[in-house]
Formats: sequence, C-alpha cells, structure tokens
Amino acid sequence: MSILYNTEATLAERVDECLADDFKHNAIKAAQEAFYAKRGQLVEEMGEGWQQLRMHAMEVRNHVTENLDYYVKQFAQNAEANGCIMHYAPTGDDALWEVLDIFESHGAAYAVKSKSMMTEEVGLNEILEEAGVRVTETDCAENILQTAGSKPSHIVVPALHFNRTAIADIYREKRGYEGSDVPEEITHFLRKILRHEFLEAEVGIRGCNFAVAETGSVTLVTNEGNGRMVDSLPKVQVVFVGIDRIVPDLESLDTVMALLPRSAVGSKMTAYFSLDSGPRGAGEADGPEEVHIVLMDNGRHELANSEFQDMLRCMRCGACLNICPVYRHITGHGYGSIYPGPMGLVLTPGLVGYDKVDNMVYACSLCGACTEHCPVSIPIHDLVRQHRINIVEQGKNHKVEVPIFKALSLFWSSVPVYMLGMKVGAPIMELMAKDGALDASTAWIPVVNGWTSTRDFDVLSKSRFRTWFKEHKQEQAMAEGGER
Amino acid sequence: MKVAFFPGCMVDMIYPEVGIAAVNVLERLGCDVEMPEEQVCCGQGLINSGYRKETVPAAKMIVDAYETSEYDTIVSLTGSCMNAIINDYPLVFQDDPEYLERTRKLKERFFEFTDFIVNRLGVTDLGASFHDSVTYHKSCHVTRLLGVAEPPLELLRSVKGLEYIEMEHADRCCGFGGTFSFKQPVIAGEIVYEKCQTIIDTGANVICGADVPCLLNIKGALGRMRADGRLDRDIRVMHIAQILDSKE
Repeated sequence: MSILYNTEATLAERVDECLADDFKHNAIKAAQEAFYAKRGQLVEEMGEGWQQLRMHAMEVRNHVTENLDYYVKQFAQNAEANGCIMHYAPTGDDALWEVLDIFESHGAAYAVKSKSMMTEEVGLNEILEEAGVRVTETDCAENILQTAGSKPSHIVVPALHFNRTAIADIYREKRGYEGSDVPEEITHFLRKILRHEFLEAEVGIRGCNFAVAETGSVTLVTNEGNGRMVDSLPKVQVVFVGIDRIVPDLESLDTVMALLPRSAVGSKMTAYFSLDSGPRGAGEADGPEEVHIVLMDNGRHELANSEFQDMLRCMRCGACLNICPVYRHITGHGYGSIYPGPMGLVLTPGLVGYDKVDNMVYACSLCGACTEHCPVSIPIHDLVRQHRINIVEQGKNHKVEVPIFKALSLFWSSVPVYMLGMKVGAPIMELMAKDGALDASTAWIPVVNGWTSTRDFDVLSKSRFRTWFKEHKQEQAMAEGGER
Repeated sequence: MKVAFFPGCMVDMIYPEVGIAAVNVLERLGCDVEMPEEQVCCGQGLINSGYRKETVPAAKMIVDAYETSEYDTIVSLTGSCMNAIINDYPLVFQDDPEYLERTRKLKERFFEFTDFIVNRLGVTDLGASFHDSVTYHKSCHVTRLLGVAEPPLELLRSVKGLEYIEMEHADRCCGFGGTFSFKQPVIAGEIVYEKCQTIIDTGANVICGADVPCLLNIKGALGRMRADGRLDRDIRVMHIAQILDSKE
C-alpha cells in the first residue's frame, strides 16, 4: 500500500460506502466517545500543566524542524556510533531499494513486522512480497488487516471497523481458527501462530515513534508487546525512521512521551515502551546482531520549507481523528488515505501532491476542534484551508465552480448588485418554498440540492434587515426631533 | 455608548428578525446603534473555499465600512463572520500592508454580541423573561475560535422563567462549515442529524445559538426530520438575541 488507496472510487462513493456500513459507523463513533472521555479526564487532572506541556512540546518540535539537517546528522552519527548501519532515503523508492538490498545480502525470505506508518507510506509489504519475502504483521490489528486484506480505518487503532465476530470469521476462513468469538480466545490463537513466526523470522521490521539525536536511540511505543519480539528476536533488524520523528535529547523525549499516549488513547502511558540503542552488545542476552536504520525523507524536507511547516510537529497520535466531526462519520476509509482525518487532510496532499488527491480537502467544516485538541498545537484547520487556497492559486480547482465563486465575489462586494439579487431571488425562492423553506421537493435543482438533498433551506426574507434599520433610525430621528 | 452594528449577511438576507431583536437589546442597554450602509458580506465563504483573491473586494468593503474613527466599538451579531474578519483577513490581505494594518486596528474594536454585553457592558440580567426549556448550541467559531464560551450561558441563566438544559457535546460542530455544507451534503447531513438528535434528546422546546449560520443549518435539519417522521414535535430555533429580547 502506498499513501492513497481505493483511488478508483470518488470521495462521495467512499463516503456512501462507509455510511452504508452501520457497524463501522457506530464503532468509530463509540471509539471517539471513549477516547474523548478518557483524554478529557487526564487533561483536566493536569490543569494548567497540560497547556504548559503543549507549549513546551511545540517549542521542542519547532526547534528540530528549524534545525532539521543538524539533528538528522546528529542522530545518524550517534546511531552509527552505537553500531547501527544507516541508510538515508530521500524518497520512498530509495527506502525500498535499501531494504531490498538488506534482504538480498542476507538471503532472507522471511520477516516479521510491528506497526509502522512509514512502511505503509512506501508500500513495503507489497514490494517485499513481490521479491519473494514473506512478511507477517505482528501488531494484532495490523495482522487482522493483513489477513483480511483490509485497509486501516484509524492511524492508531487501524482495525476499528471489525468487531469480534468479523475478526473470528477472518481467522476461521484464512487461518483455520476453530474457536469462539471471545476476544481472549482469538488473541490466544494469534499468539500461538505469532510465537512460531517470531522465532522463524530472519528480519524484524519496525517503525519508530521518536528518535533521540543525542543518544542515537530509537523508540517503540506499543500496548501488546509484540513489537518487542520484533525488535529483539530476529538477527537482523530494520528500523524505519521519518526525519520528522527526531527529538534532541532524552529530556525532550520525556516531554513528547507525556503527550503521546494521553492524546492517542487517553492513557498516562502505554504497556510497553522500548528505547533501543544499537545492536546486541558483547555479553548482552538478547537483541539483534545487526540493526539497519532507514532514515526517510519522502517529502518531509519539502514540507518543512513550505507553509505546512507546522505539520512536521505532528506526533501521529490521532487526537484530531478522535475529535473530528467528519472523521466520526466517514471513518478512515472515507478519505482513502493511510493518513485520514484532519492530520491526513494536511499531510496527504502535502506528501502526494494536488494532482493525485481528489477533493478530500473539502471534507472539512473548518470547525477547529482538531487544532484545539492537537497536543503540539498545529493549526490543522488553517492548514486544510491553505491547501484549498493553493489548489485555487495553482489552477487545480474544479473549473465549473469558478464562475460561481466569481459571481459571489461580485455579489458580496457591491450593495446595488446584492440588493438586485435579493429583489430577484426572494420572490423566486418564495414560489418554490413550502412554509418559508425549500424542502426535499427541491432536491432536483442543481447547486440548491447541495443543501436541500439533506436539509430544508429557509428562504430569503421578503425585506432586508438594512431596510428596517434605516427606517428605524429615521423614526428615532423624527421622535427626537419631535421631543425637541 | 455609540456602537457600530455588524449583523452578518445572513441576518440581512434571511433572518432580519434576529437583527431587530439584537438592536432592541442593545438600545435597551443604552447603546446608540449605528450601521454603515456600504457593507454586505465578510467573504468568509470565499476564503474558506480557497478563493483568496476573490475575497479581497468583500473584505475591503467591510474594512472601509467599519474601520473609521467614528466607530470605536463594533458589535458583531455573527461570531463566525467576526472570526473571519479579525483572524482570517490577515491572510486575505497578506500582500497589502495598508489593509493589513487597518484590519489590525479593527480587531481591537470588535466584540461578539454576548461578549460585549457581559464583559464590556458588565450586564448579565437584561430583564428578559422566557418561560420555556432551552438548550444552547456552542458554535465552533464563537466558542472555540473567539473563545466566547461563558457569556451566552451567563445571559441565558439570567433570563426569568428559562429552564436551561445542556445538550451532550454542545461544542461539537453542527456541520455547517460554509460551502462545506453545499459541497459535502451527505457528510454535513450526517453531522447535523446527530447534532439534532442530541438537541431532541434534551427534551427542550427551544434550541438557541449565538451564530446565525449554525441556526440555519440546524433549523433546516430539524425541519427535514420533522417532515420525514424522525422528529414528532416542534422545536423552535432561536438566536440568543431573540430570547434576550423576549417578554414571554
């Protein structure tokens, strides 16, 4: 998979598909409520401290973005000093070539993976499978998706759209599972298969939540512990690190780690947190013998030098998805991007370009809830609008809408034109109206049906407020004149 | 006190009664209300759709109309439009230092209607009476982007006879979003139906808000739900100015 998927369907088709799936629709709504409540409680407990932490994290993340090359170099040097082998990948394709080389040099044909957005971004699994490598996702949710051949509906909890019955069925059909729908039983089954695969795999592939420049360390934040198997059992380890994952030192790691689980799932911490600094040392009991770090740019430098620079602060916590009124209904699948929701609306066009994305940036009401909830204060909704501005200014907008907006521009900036419009429009609307509103019977009229297909529209008033106001002031003046 | 009134174009086009109620309230509070004639719309629908250059004429007109020395206090009845003027015009005028500076000056004098009454005039009890149950939709741009959260509630609590019932997730978007609600009617519909269900679930007879565009959207959805049987009673949609102007 690369960033976009299901591109053959339009946004409207993807949305209809999501809304037709009641389970998915309700599951996302319930998950939002749960995350919202848990996060809200933790934020409230921290009082003023929460805003101070946000501010501090923003400063740390901005500092790195502004000195990106310095920290990329520092991280690479220190990781190398720890014994890691560094691979710098300007593009996703470069990253894929580097990984293929690693597999080839070891003659490796079997890999286990822990959840990693960067590998999703470049479509690593598909490429490895084409090269004859068997890749097993070991994060429970990712394993479900891989087994089902499904796409992620959330960046943190990607299999949210399946319930226990569906999950049990997937394993029954594909892996010979014979147990019940009880989650513990399914998990036990998965654990049994995966144990075997951890021991067999020659290469472990993983992502990195944050990379620490000062120590050359990479971190892994999980709740299941399978990531730990991936990063300690196979002899060779490949770590995907986005250049926007770097923090300067352990102290700043502490700051961002205080925000990440709270924002992501409403927990103070996750069950597992690994800080890995290089391969197994002499006398150490476990760990890989060889660690390769693929430090990937794939458009991030370009973002850092654009009006979307703030987006480099993003920690991929998903807090913006968990509060978004649009994501709530259309789920990750509505966006057709591995980066969905508000952060995805900024990141997806930023990484793949306007020619490739459809009209997804218009699937946002600009309500600003994402911006308010973002732990690193990214002005997400402003950046969504910035994409809209760029699309118009680069001439990549839909040409049919141009005359409408040009007309509105004139209409809204000239009192005579506006008043003429009202004079003509009000009686026409009145003719089409029932009880003062355009109802469902007008849903056949182009443009108007943009609204009336789902809601009634109150018609233009017969008279203008400004007319009343003028008369009101005249009456006041006359009354005052009379008093004198 | 002399104040310049900014109604927002939806009040002028669709809901003049909301503007009239607001003027009544302000005058009762002793304000000398004025309104420049040469203004139509803040242009928010254009800038939010990405049409920055096309926003300039409307935005200039607003700045020209209100940024004069005559008006040292401007009261906006529509929080969303006020937010566009004070927070988005810098983007519209990014290549125009003169209007950029004039927008900055305008910002200092702009007040949202309820914020003006509570925090500028220091009044919460306007002597209004309204004997019915009311729930309040916390519009995104008023509450979140302008930070006017408490004043509307303080005003409602002071209305005689009013029974206030808080809805679930009162600060969740109603799904209006300007051109969003035309471009994405299905998504906007889902959002507003859910908002309406939370309104219905309060059992209140009146849904009140401080931002006209949201009320247009909510009223339209309630109307549709009433027509297709999802709603079996009448729920009145009112602007807070209308409640504050009430003696019922």
